[in-house]
Amino acid sequence: MSFLSYLINGISLGSVYAIIALGYTMVYGIAKMLNFAHGDVIMIGAYVVFTAITSMALPVIPAILLAVVACTALGVLIERVAYRPLRNAASPLAVLITAIGVSYLLQNIALLVFGANTKSFPSVVGIKPLSLGGGALTVSGETIVTILACIVIMIGLTLFINKTKAGQAMLAVSEDKGAAQLMGINVNGTIALTFAIGSALAAIAGVLLCSAYPSLTPYTGSMPGIKAFVAAVFGGIGSIPGAMIGGILLGVIEIFGKAYISSQMADAIVFGVLIIVLLVKPTGLLGKKIQEKV
Amino acid sequence: MKKKFDKTAKSNAITYGMVIAFWVIIQIMIYTDNISSLMKGLLVPVCAYAILAVSLNLTVGILGELSLGHAGFMCVGAFASAFFTICMKDVIPVAGVRFTLALLIGAASAAVFGVLIGIPVLRLRGDYLAIVTLAFGEIIKNFMNILFIGRDSQGLHFSTKDSVALGLEPDGVVLLKGPQGITGTSKDSTFTIGIILLLITLFIVLRLIQSRDGRAIKAIRDNRIAAESIGINITKYKLMAFAISAGLAGIGGVLYAHNLSTLTATSKNFGYNMSIMILVFVVLGGIGNIRGSVIAAAVLTVLPELLRSLSDYRMLIYAIVLIVMMLFNWSPAALEFRERYSLKRLLHKNKAKEAA
Amino acid sequence: MKKFMKFASLACAATMLFSTTAFAEGETFKIGGIGPITGGAAVYGQAVMNAAQLAVDEINAAGGIAGAQVEFNFQDDEHDAEKSVNAYNTLKDWDMQMLLGTVTSTPCIAVAAEAVNDNMFLLTPSGSAVECVANDNAFRVCFSDPNQGVASAQYIGENKIATKVAVIYDSSDVYSSGIYEKFAAEAANQGLEIVAAEAFTADSKTDFSVQLQKAKDGGAELVFLPIYYTEASLILTQAAGMDYAPIFFGCDGLDGLLAVESFDTALAEGVMLLTPFAADAEDELTQNFVAAYQEAYGEIPNQFAADAYDGIYAIKAAVEQAGVTPDMSASDICDALKVSMTEITIDGLTGTGMTWTADGEPNKAPKAVKITDGKYAAM
Repeated sequence: MSFLSYLINGISLGSVYAIIALGYTMVYGIAKMLNFAHGDVIMIGAYVVFTAITSMALPVIPAILLAVVACTALGVLIERVAYRPLRNAASPLAVLITAIGVSYLLQNIALLVFGANTKSFPSVVGIKPLSLGGGALTVSGETIVTILACIVIMIGLTLFINKTKAGQAMLAVSEDKGAAQLMGINVNGTIALTFAIGSALAAIAGVLLCSAYPSLTPYTGSMPGIKAFVAAVFGGIGSIPGAMIGGILLGVIEIFGKAYISSQMADAIVFGVLIIVLLVKPTGLLGKKIQEKV
Repeated sequence: MKKKFDKTAKSNAITYGMVIAFWVIIQIMIYTDNISSLMKGLLVPVCAYAILAVSLNLTVGILGELSLGHAGFMCVGAFASAFFTICMKDVIPVAGVRFTLALLIGAASAAVFGVLIGIPVLRLRGDYLAIVTLAFGEIIKNFMNILFIGRDSQGLHFSTKDSVALGLEPDGVVLLKGPQGITGTSKDSTFTIGIILLLITLFIVLRLIQSRDGRAIKAIRDNRIAAESIGINITKYKLMAFAISAGLAGIGGVLYAHNLSTLTATSKNFGYNMSIMILVFVVLGGIGNIRGSVIAAAVLTVLPELLRSLSDYRMLIYAIVLIVMMLFNWSPAALEFRERYSLKRLLHKNKAKEAA
Repeated sequence: MKKFMKFASLACAATMLFSTTAFAEGETFKIGGIGPITGGAAVYGQAVMNAAQLAVDEINAAGGIAGAQVEFNFQDDEHDAEKSVNAYNTLKDWDMQMLLGTVTSTPCIAVAAEAVNDNMFLLTPSGSAVECVANDNAFRVCFSDPNQGVASAQYIGENKIATKVAVIYDSSDVYSSGIYEKFAAEAANQGLEIVAAEAFTADSKTDFSVQLQKAKDGGAELVFLPIYYTEASLILTQAAGMDYAPIFFGCDGLDGLLAVESFDTALAEGVMLLTPFAADAEDELTQNFVAAYQEAYGEIPNQFAADAYDGIYAIKAAVEQAGVTPDMSASDICDALKVSMTEITIDGLTGTGMTWTADGEPNKAPKAVKITDGKYAAM
């Protein structure tokens, strides 16, 4: 019985990683950059919802919408000011470092605005926990909503990319920026749109992360952000279903590692499995093979 | 060819000269008592971070692979050497001898880890390689946090649970206490030692770059398949660069560990945060630019301390300065702007006018 | 590169303009403080900074220490040993005469090693690791880690609260693992059976379901939490989610739990903690302090704030006892305070009749409190 409850807990944790990883992988797939500030956009999203609900007394849905709008605007602003000027820099590392700077900046802004004290995030999920096996196993409402949200977002993103003109433009930009531009695609606009979508997803991820694990500080986003980044790589970075599978697997491995091996070594176990997977499959579970040109 | 060689020789001489000049200036300031305690305290960390930045630049700039786990090697070097020092405190009373041995042990163990990790890791490419180095770095840090080592008359005892599980006899002492790390290491690092180690690091890296081996490594960076096709042993050279880089990071770790009386592995000093910080030095100073790494490490280590008067806004301003410096140094638009209004060019224009 | 240097030095120079000097040398006591005010541990450092400033302002308004005004300068260390030494050196450049700090243990050990070389008087409000006060110039306000671990096990054993005990602790944290270790050793003497000892680390502290499940499976009647309230609030929430309701028992790190913004205090019902300070205590001193703190900073003060407040008053008492004057050097003051610290008795927020031994440890009794109806109640 405890095996099943560990599994459910693993899936709960994993679904949160998955939803963060979707945003990561989306931006990586198109803009080819590791957005280290993604976790901090999540944190900002959570603070917006928290403030909207507790101080402005908004109902849940408008509060989340407000956070989505705020994060989208923030994401586009960051892209415009900090990332776009470096898109054609001599090394792709330049934008990575700037992303780290943005991450520090967001954390410190939150520290000044919201203070260092932990806030207990109000649950925004109204669904009752699901009881299985006569109450021996419970699946929380947050988990159900997070998994559903993950699936909806995954399907939505896949449809968006494959079926809409803007989505096709994203694919073209990710393949070859120069050629896409020649075909009349607005490259800057497309990448800005990618950041807008990625940041909107971050807002939703922030709400779900903090509903499931209700403690909010200016550093809430950073560690789940790194873990989600690992999850995205695990599944094959750039692949949307890969992000979801990677996230859930990572959560399950973390919980099982803690439960059956050692709770002190949880981090080492997660990273150890990641290393083994990448050595066997060097581009992640669902990643595309890298083609080399001579 | 000859001219190019002269140019690199000149550039290297400037790098060494800069470090030595820095040492001389600081020594003069110390003797004339013109230096604040803060600056004095920062001298060893500046050397340690400069060494780390130079060593990472070997991996990132010369070998061309992104490593996000460099702090892991620093961690190995720091703990191995600090453990040696604390064990041998009574056996070898001469600080100089003990520190030299600790240094060799720290560098060697970090290099061994470099080889062990390099063998699997270097098969991967790009961001996947980066994430695996990050994973190794985190594993090393996690492991240091659960490792307990004690010593009694029976010899050394190891445990990964807690210090009670060591089963020490009453006369035993716990040397390495998991998350509490090692306390009571003597402060053997000095500024002069730091500068000497930095010069040695620079010498090793700069010599390597110019050597035949270095050219092979750069050939692999520029075009792996072409390099392979002309018979360069890819694995050997990659591993060589990676191991040297790790060993030098170990030296940085030794310097770090012997500058503080307590050594613990947190994500701040040996986790991904530190790995990323070192990467920031390398990228800001210029990828492949060894002198730039030294300068960037020094500036970015001193900068947050100089911002202390801003109190609450300190780290905020630091983040903004970092972003602005990155944009200024790397964005094509800024580079063009700098080119157009650079001092050199303006001088040239004036000269041209005078001539006309 | 050159331009970048120029830019950087300009930025540095601009910030230098902010420095201020208000008083002439030798007329005021200069007390320095060190702790994290940015980074993950910022909440503890800020509490100390705020409360110490409050105490200093009160003292200055009441005429200062022995007629001399007090200046207080608090520097950030980001909860990092190296940064902490930098902060210490910054304060030395400011001509600090006494140090209240550092807030967290690992940085404190590093700073203590510097302070003993300079013969600088050091009083840490909350550095609880044994090594923090290893030298004779160092004292602390809080309990030491071993002390708390042993006291908790004794309290549980002597009052027969439970026999089957589980522990959830932070294995990457000095405070938490230090208490756990001594607790485990003393539990055996008290006839307590530890059915599960589960750890978490700074990098994986969102999900505690496994640790709680193991405690539940082991049949633990009591879960000992030698951790800080941030993680404890998550543990309580998750325990409630899995219908697990043992007795939760914590140390001074749990204080502050009830002040977490919008935390459902019903979850904390029945939590017991050994703490020398409770923000809703009835005595006048505590009530005045909490009111003043809330007015100044808009928050309810926690354990760290109380330790810092007492720390400043302990320094005041020791200075008055020794009769030192502001024109003395830091080293002379330290020599005098080393002696006078063991002679003073203080009634503070964290204990009445507090005294100090020459090895730097405070003598005060921990109070066991239980959370009932969203408030602390003495047991």
